[in-house]
Amino acid sequence: MTTVLARNLRMHATPGAVLGNTAIITARNLRRLARVPTQMALATLQPILLVVLFTYSLGGAVHVPGITRYIDYLLPGVLVLAIGFGASQTGVAIAEDLASGMIDRFRSLPIAAASVLAGRVAADAVRNLFVAGFMIAAGSAIGFRFHAGPAAAVAAVTLAVATGIAFSWLNLLLGIMVRDAETAGLAGLFPVIILTFTSSTLVPVATMPGWLQAFANINPITVIVGALRALCLGGPTARPAGEALAWIGSLLLVTVPAAVTRYRHATSA
Amino acid sequence: MGDQLAIAAEGLSKRFGQVRALDGISFAQPAGTVLGLLGPNGAGKTTTVRILATLLSPDGGRAWVAGLDVVEQAPAVRRLIGLSGQYAAVDSYLTGRENLQMIGRLYGLSRRAARRRAGELLERFDLAKAAGRMARTYSGGMRRRLDVAASLVAKPPVLFLDEPTTGLDPHGRIALWQLLGELAEHGTSMLLTTQYMEEAERLADTIVVVDRGRVIASGTPGELKARIGGNRLELQTLAGGDPRPLAQVLAGLGTGPPVIDARAGRIVLPVADGPEVLAELATRLVTSGLRVAELALRRPSLEDVFLTLTGQPGPGSAHAPPGGAGPPARAGNPEPAPGRAR
Repeated sequence: MTTVLARNLRMHATPGAVLGNTAIITARNLRRLARVPTQMALATLQPILLVVLFTYSLGGAVHVPGITRYIDYLLPGVLVLAIGFGASQTGVAIAEDLASGMIDRFRSLPIAAASVLAGRVAADAVRNLFVAGFMIAAGSAIGFRFHAGPAAAVAAVTLAVATGIAFSWLNLLLGIMVRDAETAGLAGLFPVIILTFTSSTLVPVATMPGWLQAFANINPITVIVGALRALCLGGPTARPAGEALAWIGSLLLVTVPAAVTRYRHATSA
Repeated sequence: MGDQLAIAAEGLSKRFGQVRALDGISFAQPAGTVLGLLGPNGAGKTTTVRILATLLSPDGGRAWVAGLDVVEQAPAVRRLIGLSGQYAAVDSYLTGRENLQMIGRLYGLSRRAARRRAGELLERFDLAKAAGRMARTYSGGMRRRLDVAASLVAKPPVLFLDEPTTGLDPHGRIALWQLLGELAEHGTSMLLTTQYMEEAERLADTIVVVDRGRVIASGTPGELKARIGGNRLELQTLAGGDPRPLAQVLAGLGTGPPVIDARAGRIVLPVADGPEVLAELATRLVTSGLRVAELALRRPSLEDVFLTLTGQPGPGSAHAPPGGAGPPARAGNPEPAPGRAR
């Protein structure tokens, strides 16, 4: 029996098998995404609402030097906000999988730990691609335009999705650590809310009090939103994009190994 | 491998903070047999299974599955085992078929082989009609069957079943016993934990009784019963009655102290012989004026073995007995059911 089994099972450690298993887990997570109503609402309705509500509530009050339409300034920022909100769902999902025993099942299978986690992040990256699409569509309907050409527009969406991937790994780590879906959701939202409102996401840093400006200027969200604005609105992009990628890379360097290690020892009870 | 043991554990120990979950668990299970791990809640059954299934590392001791070390050769062990957990670990938002196909693909089966295997299992576990429905629409019994089916996708030679029938109604329990019995006949080695004596008695070749992280007895069901010998006198008070006055009436009647389950209103007394004891008991009951709802003289059950060994009511005794009225009621446990996606 053992020999029959061994013939039917391919080696799990090869990079090809890890990628294959990641794709299988990704497909599973996307199916769930499409079937859980709250998940769908978070991925479609919420981003569109964020664009419309912020544009009409703040648009009249906020005047940004050099910007004619507030939506042009807002959209890159609110895109990061929506992706940050969405990333908290990555932590919720992994905590749910831990609680339901799904992770026990996966861990008893001959597959790499990284496949389960990467499959989660990849599915959320696909979701973020749709989120970005919905937001750009909604923004365009009320006046948003890319001003730096199609290549920069593609780069902007790519940067937004890359940001989401880094946020997702952070939330994956949080979700594995707290192991409770509701706590994971809150733990994921707090940093996003605090960092967003102390950054240039919604309003220019220059309008803030001096002490806050000091923080806002080094806030990674300011850096990432700044790079996105450069790609959407035009202007020098190399330096802001480089800084944004450095932040994203650093976050990944810390969170990916930590999440994989934590996952290996994760228990359901 | 050449090893005739499906599972071997040697001095397994594990602590969770202050709690010593396992305190030197050792046992050996020959290939092709069914081993029942029996013990009260918190005895260390699930911890043992989690260590053997490579989900948890022991603090001390070693364990092998099919001759492979569960810590050092964990990836190889995972190819040989199937695990069905205490909670039905299937994806609620995937259909029955999708769940099984996904597991098959993760084991490295081709798309076609995974589809065929899923079809076979759905048929065998009587889930073919529900194959296209999301698992969240399944009844408890269906989910449990799907979970066991998921653990069989790769035809593992060693199967771990952690309380496989907990929460099933009597009909579902008997149906699952039949399936597990068939698997055992086909040579699958199984380790199952259970809180039901009847389940261990029915399925297991060998029973290992654990209590507070230690093995306190092991042997075939027959051996364990022979070890405690004699007969059992069982009295049940009227609903809500206090069994203690009854126990006083029984003083000196048995060969050992009575075991009193105050919550269930039940007393079990080991006795040497049959009819004479009954005559004496009848006299005493009449004299005392106490009334009983039920009175029985019977051969020792596995539950009595458990009572004698641990000195406490059997793990399943406070709940509905197997074949009785529905799933065990978990009074005083307000936690929501795990695994509800929200």
